[in-house]
Amino acid sequence: MAIETQQSPPGSGRRGFATAPVVIEARGIEKSFALASHKVDSLKERLTTFGHRDVKQLHALRGVSFEVRRGEFFGIVGRNGSGKSTLLKILASIYAADAGRVRMAGRLAPFIELGVGFNPELTARENVELNGVMMGLHRAEARRRLGAVLDFAELGDFVDMKLKNYSSGMLVRLAFSVMIQSDAEILLIDEVLAVGDASFQQKCADVFHEIRDSDRTVVLVTHDMHAVEHYCHRAMLLHDGVIEAEGEPDDVARRYLRLNFERAPRLEGEDDWGGSADVRLVDTWLESDDGERVSSVETGAKVRLQAVFEAVREINQPSFGFVFTNPDGVDVGGVGQELPAGGPQKLEPGQRVRISAEIENQFAPGRYVVKCWVFRNQSYADLALHAPHVIDFVVFGDATSGAIALKHEISAVIEEGQ
Amino acid sequence: MSAPAGTEPAAYELREIEGPSALGGGSRRFFDLLWLISVTEFKKTFYGTALGYVWSLFRPLLLFSVLLVVFTQIIKFETGAEHYAVLLLFNIVLFTFFQEATGGAVTSVLAQEGIVRKTQFPRLVIPLSSVLVALFSLGLNLVIVLIFILGAGITPTWTWLLFPLILLPLLILTAALALLLSALNVRFRDVAIIWTVFATALFYVTPILYPLSTTPGLPKVVKDLLLVNPLTPILTQARTWILEPSAPGAVAAAGGWTHLLPAAAIFVLVCVAGVWVFRREAPRIAELL
Repeated sequence: MAIETQQSPPGSGRRGFATAPVVIEARGIEKSFALASHKVDSLKERLTTFGHRDVKQLHALRGVSFEVRRGEFFGIVGRNGSGKSTLLKILASIYAADAGRVRMAGRLAPFIELGVGFNPELTARENVELNGVMMGLHRAEARRRLGAVLDFAELGDFVDMKLKNYSSGMLVRLAFSVMIQSDAEILLIDEVLAVGDASFQQKCADVFHEIRDSDRTVVLVTHDMHAVEHYCHRAMLLHDGVIEAEGEPDDVARRYLRLNFERAPRLEGEDDWGGSADVRLVDTWLESDDGERVSSVETGAKVRLQAVFEAVREINQPSFGFVFTNPDGVDVGGVGQELPAGGPQKLEPGQRVRISAEIENQFAPGRYVVKCWVFRNQSYADLALHAPHVIDFVVFGDATSGAIALKHEISAVIEEGQ
Repeated sequence: MSAPAGTEPAAYELREIEGPSALGGGSRRFFDLLWLISVTEFKKTFYGTALGYVWSLFRPLLLFSVLLVVFTQIIKFETGAEHYAVLLLFNIVLFTFFQEATGGAVTSVLAQEGIVRKTQFPRLVIPLSSVLVALFSLGLNLVIVLIFILGAGITPTWTWLLFPLILLPLLILTAALALLLSALNVRFRDVAIIWTVFATALFYVTPILYPLSTTPGLPKVVKDLLLVNPLTPILTQARTWILEPSAPGAVAAAGGWTHLLPAAAIFVLVCVAGVWVFRREAPRIAELL
């Protein structure tokens, strides 16, 4: 059901791009932002603040050069703050680069996110026209495509309904459909979407595959490694504004994961790794019932959380914990495990332990983050490892109210008599 | 790694992308977007509320009624105007256009944050669509004015054909201010508040309630303020051409060409500043939001 399950193996379907013309060429892109410790955003403050202000330069991109050839599905991955979204915005002419130049050949879709520019007060009909014009179509042409767009989105019955009355799933369908039906030759996409029901998921996956094998060129920014491995012909890893790796998607994905897992606990802040580092997380992932790694899970489906830890130094009575955090930042659930009873209660250096948890996914749709802890001596105070963001995944399914999809049986009976 | 450029088909010739700008993305797309966004925005005010269009008429008409009662019944105000009520309504309708357009434009870029930050969008469309929406209402309001004009027994003259010459400078001034204010408000968020106050004050130093030339006993300071206001010659000339052919035109009312120079200088200054500031800020608007 999930996007991942029906794909051809990574790297398959590779065509010879070496001879295809270059359609995106970036040379020495630099971008920095002035981060004022205190942002002056009113005239009053400007007039009343004298003397110097603390302004830090954040160097988001430091000389990035790459090229993409026609027909390629090109992935850009990196941690938050690595500069990947800034780069995409420069490609899309939303930000201006400080230095370097970008050249492109072909029509570019001007959106980097689905559904941007939708006006909730207008009907689907009006929005589709507006969006088409934003895509660079003639107004008549945009109107002519209305039928195709609505057919694809399966929203033909709702053409004159205002978007504010649409469900989020319907909105995504419409937005996706608008993007697909435009005849842009170059698409810039910030994160693949994984909302909507299973059948729409399937449709999106099919479309991505179709695009992948077409002459359209796609630049996809994501931190979903499965999307990278399944869709991309080539990928690039950005780290602190420089290209850390470029090449085969699975190589790049592996580099990205390594970058994530082996990050030394040297930085400060909530988003950081901590603990005494006596144990190290070798790998962790979610897998479906049939053992395939997944990054999106349908509500109600079974999913297995797997993790492999390795002791760096001897570690006594370790306990391993995982917590799932929902899009609102609320910890909605967790699992924990100690070493098997009856056996040795410590790990020697170099010894590995594998944790495997069967979970029935009861989370409401949205993007979830998994945090991980390892404690020693059965004491919460004795932290061996704290990893704030080891997995992120998307739960899709019908929208529910609240943070979990309650497992329930419910009935309604009209009472007789009286 | 890269193939020699010469072997590529012409269709895949790389072109420099120029980054975000005021006009970016081609002129046809620019005008299509401007038109479509303005029309949908205008429709929203039309259909959005129960009374729709009546509301947008309501404000100038209410203001007109109050002022008319105050200045003809309570304070007996001598203006020397032949058809004071019609003149007042006409002036209010023209000023309402100016106020609605600039007031809408000042927050427009902030209001369209999603579009600005997530799409390649010609930035200039945003404030200009506020002006266009106000222009649509002006068109409808002028129909009401026309009814009043004919009702007051004013006979049409050939000078009515010159109305575009009144509208054009008004439109240019308004659009330039729209650009200036919308760009400044991204950097300094209190510009919108300051402008609301300023526009209210401007109402009283624009010859709306009292014509410049024929009102007896205007204090010198008021007269000086009127003379530096670029709206003054526009409204004064509108009165002469449309309502009272006998009333002095903009030049005569000011007391000669030279007295129009300050207003003209401010007009030019606002236009230059609007275009210059907007062009300078346009590439950086997305980052500042």
